Order: sequence, then C-alpha cells, then structure tokens
Amino acid sequence: MSERIGAVPATYMGEGSGPRAWLLTTDHKRVAWLYLVALTVFFFLGGAMAVLIRVELATPAGDLVSDDAYDRLFSIHGIIMVWFFLVPSIPATLGNFLLPLMIGARDLAFPRLNLASWYVFIFGSGFTLYSVIAGGVDTGWTFYTPFSTMFSNSYVSAAAFGVFIVGFSTIMTGINFIVTVHKLRAPGLTWFRLPIFVWTMYATALVMVLATPVLAASLILIVLERVFGIGVFDPGLGGDPLLFQHLFWFYSHPAVYIMILPGMGVVSEILPCFSRRPLFGYTAVALSSMAIAIFGFLVWGHHMFVSGQSAYAGLVFSFLSYCVAIPSAIKVFNWSLTLRKGEIAFETSMLYALGFLGLFTFGGLAGLFLAALAVDVHVHDTYFVVAHFHYIMVGGMVTAFMAGIHFWWPKITGRMYSETWGRIAAIVTFLGFNLTFFPQYVLGFLGMPRRYHAYPPEFAFWHILSSAGAVVLALGYLMPLFSLGWSLFRGPRAPDNPWRATGLEWKTTSPPPPHNFDETPVVDGPPYRYPLAEDGA
Amino acid sequence: MSGAVESEAFRDAERERQADAFGMWIFIGSEAMLFGAVMLVYLTARMAHPEGFGEASSRLSLLLGTVNTAVLITSSLAMALADLLVKLGRRRAAAWALAATALLGLAFLAVKGVEYADEVREGLAPVLGLPFAFEGADPRGAQLFFELYFASTGLHAAHLIGGLAAIATVLATWRRSTDAACLRRTRAVGLYWHFVDIVWVFLFPLLYLVHR
Repeated sequence: MSERIGAVPATYMGEGSGPRAWLLTTDHKRVAWLYLVALTVFFFLGGAMAVLIRVELATPAGDLVSDDAYDRLFSIHGIIMVWFFLVPSIPATLGNFLLPLMIGARDLAFPRLNLASWYVFIFGSGFTLYSVIAGGVDTGWTFYTPFSTMFSNSYVSAAAFGVFIVGFSTIMTGINFIVTVHKLRAPGLTWFRLPIFVWTMYATALVMVLATPVLAASLILIVLERVFGIGVFDPGLGGDPLLFQHLFWFYSHPAVYIMILPGMGVVSEILPCFSRRPLFGYTAVALSSMAIAIFGFLVWGHHMFVSGQSAYAGLVFSFLSYCVAIPSAIKVFNWSLTLRKGEIAFETSMLYALGFLGLFTFGGLAGLFLAALAVDVHVHDTYFVVAHFHYIMVGGMVTAFMAGIHFWWPKITGRMYSETWGRIAAIVTFLGFNLTFFPQYVLGFLGMPRRYHAYPPEFAFWHILSSAGAVVLALGYLMPLFSLGWSLFRGPRAPDNPWRATGLEWKTTSPPPPHNFDETPVVDGPPYRYPLAEDGA
Repeated sequence: MSGAVESEAFRDAERERQADAFGMWIFIGSEAMLFGAVMLVYLTARMAHPEGFGEASSRLSLLLGTVNTAVLITSSLAMALADLLVKLGRRRAAAWALAATALLGLAFLAVKGVEYADEVREGLAPVLGLPFAFEGADPRGAQLFFELYFASTGLHAAHLIGGLAAIATVLATWRRSTDAACLRRTRAVGLYWHFVDIVWVFLFPLLYLVHR
C-alpha cells in the first residue's frame, strides 16, 4: 500500500465521468471498459440463444421452434459468440487494460486507433445484429458455400458484411499490440523478462493481423457473389465451392488460437501467483505460444477431411494437427509442474484457472481424436465436434476470461468482490459446464449429428442431461455479473497488490492513475519471482 | 523534444516515428494477406480454365494497362522524392512532390475508368447484371476471368483511393505540423503508397499478360 494521506489520488476512473469523457477517451483503460460493456452484452445475448437451443433440445420432438428458426438460432449464436465475444474477449478487455501496464508503458502505441477499433466493432456488430432483426441467417457461423451464396434466402450479405467490418477492428487491435510490445517496453524489460500474458497477446496479435484479412477476402467474395453475381464459388459459373472452405479455415483455424492463446496467458499469470512458485519452464511456455501461432496456420485442412480434398493433403494436415498439439501439451505440463510443491490458495481466480487447466486438457485430447483421419470420418459434424470445441472455447477461453476478470478486478476497479460468492460461482460453472457438454461427446459418438432441432428418442437421455447442465451453467455465469456488479459500487477498497503478485501492473495504484505510472518503472529481473520476500520463505 | 510527440504513449519523437513506420509495415503485412487471398482465388480459377483466361486476357487493353503501370510507378518516384525532401527540411518542395504523387494517382484512376467504360461497352463486364457476351472456346472461364478482373482491380482501386485520402489528410495539416510530424506522416503514407504500387506490379502481369 502506498502512503496516501488526505487527498484522494488521481485515478483513470476519476478523469471526467460524463458520456463524452468515456465515449471519446483514448485512455487504453477506458477503451477496455467500453469493450467490456459491449462484450458482456454480446455474451449474454449469445448465451440466451444457447439457452433457447438447449430448451428446444430438451425433448426429441421439434416443438419449441421450427427447423428454420432453429437454424437461425444456432447461426447467430455462433456468429455472436465467435466474432463478437471470443475473438475480442481477452485481448480487447484485459489485453487492452493490462498490456501497457505490464510493460511499463503510458498507453498503447496508437491510442486513437484503439478507440477507433471499438467504434468499428460496434458498427460492424450492429450491422450483423440488424440482419438478425431483419430475419436472421441460416448458414451457421461458417457461411459454407454454395449454400450461403446460391441457396440461402436469409440475410447472409448483411451478416457477412458486419463480420467483415468487425475484422478491421481486430486488425487494428493486433497492429496496436505488436507495435506496443516492440516499441514501448520499460527500460530493462527484455523479451525474456516479459510476462507470459504479454507473449500470448503478442502471438495472438500476429495471428489477428495475418489471418483476419483472409477472412475478409472470403467474406467479401460471398457478398460480391450474392450482390454482384461474381461466381468464384459457384460451380455453375465455373467457380469452386470448396475454395471457400480453404479460405475460411485458413482464417478460422488460426482464429481458434486467437481465441485460446489469451486464455493461456491469463492462467500463466494466475497459477504461479496462487501457488507461490515461479512459472515452470518459462522459456518453453513463451516460445510455445509462438509455435502455436505459427503451426496454427498450417492445419486448416483438418476441417475438410470429408470434403473430398486429396487423401495426401488429408494425411499431411492430420500429421501437422498432431504437431500443433505439442506446444499446447508443453504448456499443460509446465502449468502442472508449477503447482508442484506450491502453497496453493484456492481463491476465486485460482479455481477458475484450475478449471481451465482440466477442461482445456480434456477438450484438447478430444482434438487428437478429431485429428485422426479415420475417427474424424466417424464423428464429423456430430455432437462430438460440438463438445470438443465448446470444451476449448467455453471450458477453456470463457473460464480463463472469468479467471482473468476476477484476478485483475481489484486493479481495474479498485474494489474487492466477495470471495465466497466468487468461489461458489467458479464451482457451479465447472459443474454446469461438464454436465452440459460431456453428454455431447457421448451423443456424438453415438451418431447424433449437429444442427438438428429434433432427434430420435434414444438420444433423449443425454440431451436432457445436457439441457439441465445448461441451466446450471447459465446460473454460474449470472452469479459473477451480480457479485462483480455489486462490488463495483459497494465492494471494499482494494489495496494496490491484493494477491501479493509480481508484475508491473501491481506496482501502480488500484485503480491506476491516468498515465499508469508516476515514473517509468525499471525492470531488473525475470518475471514470476515467487515466493516474495514478504511471504517469509 | 517531448512537445513533438502526438501520442501520449511516447516520450520522444524519434521513437514515435519508428513506431508509426513499424505499425505501417505490420498493416502492409496484413494487406498482403488480403491481396494474397484474392490472387490465390484468381490463380485457382485460372488453373481450372487456362483456355478461357488466356482468351479473355487478350481482350484487355495492353496499351492502357502499360500506360497505367508507368503512371503508378512514376507516382511512387514522386513519393520517394517527397520523403527525401522532407528529410532534407525542404517542406515546401516536399508538399509539391506529395501533390504530384496524388495527381498521378488520380491519373491512374482516370485511365482505369476509361478502361472500365470500354469493357462495359464491349459487353465484357459480367457484373451488376450488365450484358455479357463472349465468343470463344471457354466463355464460362472468360466470364470468371472478367469477374475476378473487376473484383481485384476494384479492390486495388479502393486501396488507391484510400492512399489519396491519406495524402490529402497529410497535406491539409502540412503547414500547422512540426517537422517531425511531417516526416513521420510522409514515411507512413509513403510506405502504404509503395505497397499499393507493388500490388499493381503483381496484378498487371497476372491479368494482362496471360497469353503473351
């Protein structure tokens, strides 16, 4: 705790409070808040769609919504969750807030670009929401051709165009992060002294900058085909519908790493802190993030094993998909060894981080099943795939997001929240998640295809389990909304470093002053120097 | 020095200039992936329809395409001069060089417009429901060629217009800006302009020189 006497210290939150001061801010910490509010809205919007889906699937008959409405429900659930929540989630909120703090900078390199990225995001996502209100999209989040270009009579162009615009926002964030890490590190902060969170943000930003434009190209070609009749994906016009899948997955597989790398960064900060141990194998963890970013570009074909691509291409993509599991496994082993002989404290964010560790591992191992050519043919487009990516995206990334929000909440808001309610929510989320998605592995293996609103009665048992789990899971996500919301106004004041954590962000006040540090910090050693001297170890 | 920085994140102007140029390089990397994807689509279609693409390509105006290539490369020369002049502190001359760059860019767009108009008149524009007629061995391949021709040159033209807007913005604030700011912006805009030029250097042989 710093010695504050009398006057309240200046914080970024006190710098003007009208809508103008927030909506025209270039302070990275306030832009992070703008994103946090927008993303929370999208998360619960997408979540509401998921609840409707699970309610429909609680009975074998398609009785709540029509098949057409069901297609629209899961499409918009996917589009919102992938592009308007998962891709920006940790980078645009925690990354925006913490990246400059962690490297001892006053702001991101391009503060105005940062604010502009939020407006582009709002404009693009609003455009897509318009398409939902106007009548919806029934292509699924993948916009597969030729269905999306030739047959779908839903609002594909508007939805795709909105996602295209949001892509620019992603690229803006990516450029900002890369330049910031290169050019604004504090004196003494060499690359191998960076916290892993910064490494993962850097790797994520690289993927954002290099993969998103390919998505832009493929989506704009869909819009051109629908609006102007340019038929590159239309076999009737001499085009090739499979080409879309290649372009789409060239983006969307790396985008999976946009969605998981930041989560890996978050738990790499939390696990050492709450086990009072330095991160095991720092260099390997740092470099494995880069390896994931690079290998992630070479595995897109594993989404296309049954598409009719050549068997040799399938073999190579299968092999490379196993290779990309290696850096992920390196991380899991290093996280586990960090816990060894640690003094583990089960604070809320630690519970979430441990949940991440288990769920990510479980989902990742299922990924190895899917990387195997023959197994993939059996479970392709079944609930097995649905369960796999929800274990990574929800069990992994959303859990890590919750972990990070709880870990840095005192720094962001200057308030403490109720540990008791936080821990209960973390456990409820973990149980609810497994109850929702584990049955889907079984369903998939039994042959239940994805994207159907009705199913034979023999699948009912597992579907009912899954729907019941969704209710628990929804409760788990609503609890923090209230407990954190309450703490924002009523929570006790947070000290500068409530978790006795290392890292430059804990050296400044909670919440930080407008320019982060009163004087530029100087770094003289590696990160994660646990246990601290004051721990009495 | 500290008065010369624009973004509060930086403490000195030289660091900010490096960061701006570096940021532009990253953006160019991203743009290269965008055009790379479009060219990949083009090449895939061309492998499927070698005959149609060859025939269709020979209907483009090689003369206007060549003139435009020369115009655009000359505009890059003017941009390089602007960069040099501003570094030497000759800001007035540099502003003229930037204006010349922009004028050559406009000339490129004008010639491109003439080409588009000719192609529409000859019934070679299979977009927006315009009439399209092509006599040859593979009219479907030819149609795909023209679709991709309009898509890729249109995308390039949109980027060129973006570059013109950037130059106009730099010139509009030229007199009020510090030397450091002028240098930083000219560098960044210049990098972008050269990139758009290089994209054309790839598009020109891909589109105009298929069977020559």
